[in-house]
Amino acid sequence: MKKARAEVLILGNSAAAVGAIEGFRRVDRVTPITLVAKEPYQAYSRPLISHLLAREIGETRMYLRPSNFYMTNGVQTILGEKARSVDPVRRRVLTTAGPIEYGKLLIAVGGHPVIPPIKGLGRGLPAGVFTFTGWNDAVAIDRWLKSRPVRQAVVLGGGLIGIKAAEALQARLIKVHMVELADHVLPLALDNYAAGMAAERIRQAGVSLECGTTVERVHADPAGVTGVDLRSGKHIPCEMLVVAIGVKPATELVRNTRIKCDRAIVVDEHCETTLPGIYAAGDVSQATDLITGEKRAIPIFPRACMQGRTAGINMAGGLARADRSFAMNSVDVFGLSTVSVGLANACGNNLEVLEKAGPAGGSYRRIVIRDGMVVGALFAGKIDRAGIVTGLIRAKINVSAIKDMLINDELGLLSLPSEYRKHVVEGEGIEI
Amino acid sequence: MRKWLVQPEFSVERNALLCTQCQVCVRQCANDVHVFDERDNAVFSDSSHCVGCHRCTTLCPTGAISVKRTALEFRENANWSASVIRNLYRQAEDGGVLLSGMGNDRGWRNYWDRLVLNASQVTNPSIDPLREPMELTTYLGRKPDRVEFERRDGKMIMKTRLDPQLKLDLPVMFSAMSYGSISLNASVALARAAAAAGTFANTGEGGMHKSVLPNAPSMIVQVASGRFGVTPEYLKCGAAVEIKIGQGAKPGIGGHLPGEKVDAQVSETRMIPEGSDAISPAPHHDIYSIEDLKQLIFAIKEATEYMKPVLVKIAAVHNVAAIASGCVHAGADIVAIDGFRGGTGAAPTMIRDNVGIPIELALAAVDTRLREEGIRNRASIVAAGGFRSSADVVKAIALGADAVYIATAALIAMGCHLCQKCYTGKCNWGIATQDPLLTKRLNPEVATRRLENLLRGWSHEIKEMLGGMGINAIESLRGNREHLRGIGLSDAELRVLGIKHAGVGA
Amino acid sequence: MKRIFAREEYCLACRLCEIHCIVKHSKSKRVVSAMRDEKDTLVQSVRVEEQGRSSFAVQCRHCKDAPCIDACIAGAMARDPGGAVACNSDRCVGCWSCIMVCPAGAITKSATGKVASKCDLCADSAVPACVENCPNEALIYEEG
Repeated sequence: MKKARAEVLILGNSAAAVGAIEGFRRVDRVTPITLVAKEPYQAYSRPLISHLLAREIGETRMYLRPSNFYMTNGVQTILGEKARSVDPVRRRVLTTAGPIEYGKLLIAVGGHPVIPPIKGLGRGLPAGVFTFTGWNDAVAIDRWLKSRPVRQAVVLGGGLIGIKAAEALQARLIKVHMVELADHVLPLALDNYAAGMAAERIRQAGVSLECGTTVERVHADPAGVTGVDLRSGKHIPCEMLVVAIGVKPATELVRNTRIKCDRAIVVDEHCETTLPGIYAAGDVSQATDLITGEKRAIPIFPRACMQGRTAGINMAGGLARADRSFAMNSVDVFGLSTVSVGLANACGNNLEVLEKAGPAGGSYRRIVIRDGMVVGALFAGKIDRAGIVTGLIRAKINVSAIKDMLINDELGLLSLPSEYRKHVVEGEGIEI
Repeated sequence: MRKWLVQPEFSVERNALLCTQCQVCVRQCANDVHVFDERDNAVFSDSSHCVGCHRCTTLCPTGAISVKRTALEFRENANWSASVIRNLYRQAEDGGVLLSGMGNDRGWRNYWDRLVLNASQVTNPSIDPLREPMELTTYLGRKPDRVEFERRDGKMIMKTRLDPQLKLDLPVMFSAMSYGSISLNASVALARAAAAAGTFANTGEGGMHKSVLPNAPSMIVQVASGRFGVTPEYLKCGAAVEIKIGQGAKPGIGGHLPGEKVDAQVSETRMIPEGSDAISPAPHHDIYSIEDLKQLIFAIKEATEYMKPVLVKIAAVHNVAAIASGCVHAGADIVAIDGFRGGTGAAPTMIRDNVGIPIELALAAVDTRLREEGIRNRASIVAAGGFRSSADVVKAIALGADAVYIATAALIAMGCHLCQKCYTGKCNWGIATQDPLLTKRLNPEVATRRLENLLRGWSHEIKEMLGGMGINAIESLRGNREHLRGIGLSDAELRVLGIKHAGVGA
Repeated sequence: MKRIFAREEYCLACRLCEIHCIVKHSKSKRVVSAMRDEKDTLVQSVRVEEQGRSSFAVQCRHCKDAPCIDACIAGAMARDPGGAVACNSDRCVGCWSCIMVCPAGAITKSATGKVASKCDLCADSAVPACVENCPNEALIYEEG
């Protein structure tokens, strides 16, 4: 086989990869880029798969960029091929299409859905059991729904993926049962009160919700899944099970290398790993969290874009920093808008928590302050201008003088210190 | 106790087909006329508070509001007019002095509207101002009795030393409006527009705020009976100093700025305690005779090292000619005469409407008197008191003025709608108020631009009228009463004005 | 690129900018019809904030490094040829990530509550409607 070499090699083809291509091209419009990804699709927006399954959008809206994106940016794509391992010594990546030598490497392969060790989910999932992290999953579920009558479905996991899966299935008129291990849905994003508001909406939508339990056994017959047993003892018959308990960064690529890994691949503020010339971005990476100060994997879309872009610029010889990330999520739960930023549901001795619920339980706001600065914010029901608080967290503005205004719906730019407000109005150099 | 006899003066009507309940009127009325009623989900207008300032009608995006005089009519009565009757009701309820803002609004004969100008035909061709130079430049100050030259080193040198002069690019200046009676934004706009147009603005008796200081070379600083803000620096920073003896709107009485309008900035500029009424006494308490005036004039000249012209501003009263003559003999370089239609921030209505004489007659009398005494050159005359247009200006110069002061016209150019409620401090246009919520409404950039536009327009019109008369320099018009004719004036009036009746030739 | 700037010292909180923003984006383009009949289908893109005596109009800053463009999972937020940040409502799925990240709080839900809505600098006019109709010239449209 001809020896393949890529001066610039990108593994992965989602938000981070697209960001990297655009970042690289800002600095270097000449050097060719090669991209290897296991999915056969052009770069698409992973968060949109629930909308695709619900039939709210069609195929064209899934793509992140126009179809000539790769051509106009000088990118050679090798799709449908998996990268198996990285060999930093020989500076090459082993793929299912053969080894590829690289000059600079970006690992942006995202993560794998977690399949827990449940009785009945052995090697290979029974028919009717799905994960929900990629386009293939949406296609497979759609096929399953069309192939037989599915009256009930169980969604294991009440986090972001689980909720979106449940919404999509409910839109397809399936009766959904959600099962969540923690005390309430969206355990990482919401607190008890907001989760209560969400639970009410979930139930109003006709979805059953069981919290504080999980699936212990999956029953199936040759045709496919037939039901699940919960730890609580309850049995739920179903013709479909979606396992949506989380995503694990796909670090196996660098398992036998000196590249530092924790839960994910550790990178610095330039998105470079501990081995020079090798970068990582997106869900597979772990960078310093602005709020906790620790290296954390934060698998959210905007961060993947921004990290990809940062890596791309640096790989091209430019200088960019990605050092201001923290967790943030905006998700509608069956019509209830929620926005969760930073340590939104945290409690602690060193934290000051401000809470305000609106009339008739229609809205809720929670602000968490540490050392005079906002480190967390939670909005449920009413999310108007939530980004103002996000900005305060990012810019580490001292809010001691304006604490009382933060939990008011009326919070606006006029409430903010004038120096910071001027900076915002100028619109210069705002990064995520 | 409700004031039963006092009825609303204006009626606010709202066209329901055009009103979109956007509530701009609610937000913009300083008198709380428009209110949003939550129950009806509609704006309701309480006409009893309306002062007829047109803020709401101007800003309404659909033109849904109209403001009319209340249709309440009395039986026709030539002697007891509606306004006379209303004044009586008001006094019966309040027992106070009737106050008004702005100038005399009675139907006294306006002589400018009875004077017509000449135009050239056949023998003396007219001049096109767009093609040929037209000189409007005016010098205000004492002109010498004679000019002596001598030959020195082969060159002709002027021996006579000239007294200080104010050079104006056009014969119109902004009259005295004190900071305190008008807002800072208005004061700043007047100063900037004067500087840009090559003319001058008068500080009025409120002193000079530091924001106006950059334009001080275009300012005439006023020394009034209250001596507010008068320091040696104040006297030296302006282009000229004006001693205010009287004001056309309220001859014989002093000024009064209510304490509510004296905020921190006004207090600092006037050098009086915040919140205290600023009262200017009727006479200067150091001027009780013409000799005292002469002393003050020369004290100021000493303090300014004889580098600046000194003006004396007097109100037009019966004896104005003699008084003006006295001022000139006392050393005034410029005499400013303020006629009884001049404006004010606040004056007792009876005095504003009944005391003093029109500037047209006063101007003619003073010019004639000074010429008869042979001292017309010793002081320039500036006329003030209700000049409304460039035509009024041209007629005034023909009657004998060197230049004209405008105030009401300038305020109208900035947005004033002449509702006459300046003394309440609730000017909806941000002009005659210190309320920060209201003063915001006058963007000084916009106001300056409007004033500059006004002066530019008048300047061009004056040139057109001069050209039409076959004159190419304003000097040729000054005091040239042959260019005026009166219409419908009595012999006595024609005599005082020193002009012929229309139809009578040269 | 020209942007809209608000001068706090001249803002009267009259809200004519909000009204004219609605009119400009209405079908009828007439104040009466837009405000009376179309109001439920439109939401203004500029909002006058008031606190005590201070007020000024806030709209999208069309930031150089706009966080909303990164945050948008549907590719709806993008820069238009003129340099403005534009929201393509045909692509928006209403995830509100943009609202979550906009530091000026300039993005809102549309009147239907289904897609995001924000200032588009009145793409088809020389001067944005809010600037044109501010009675005190508190809003200016300049490079910067």
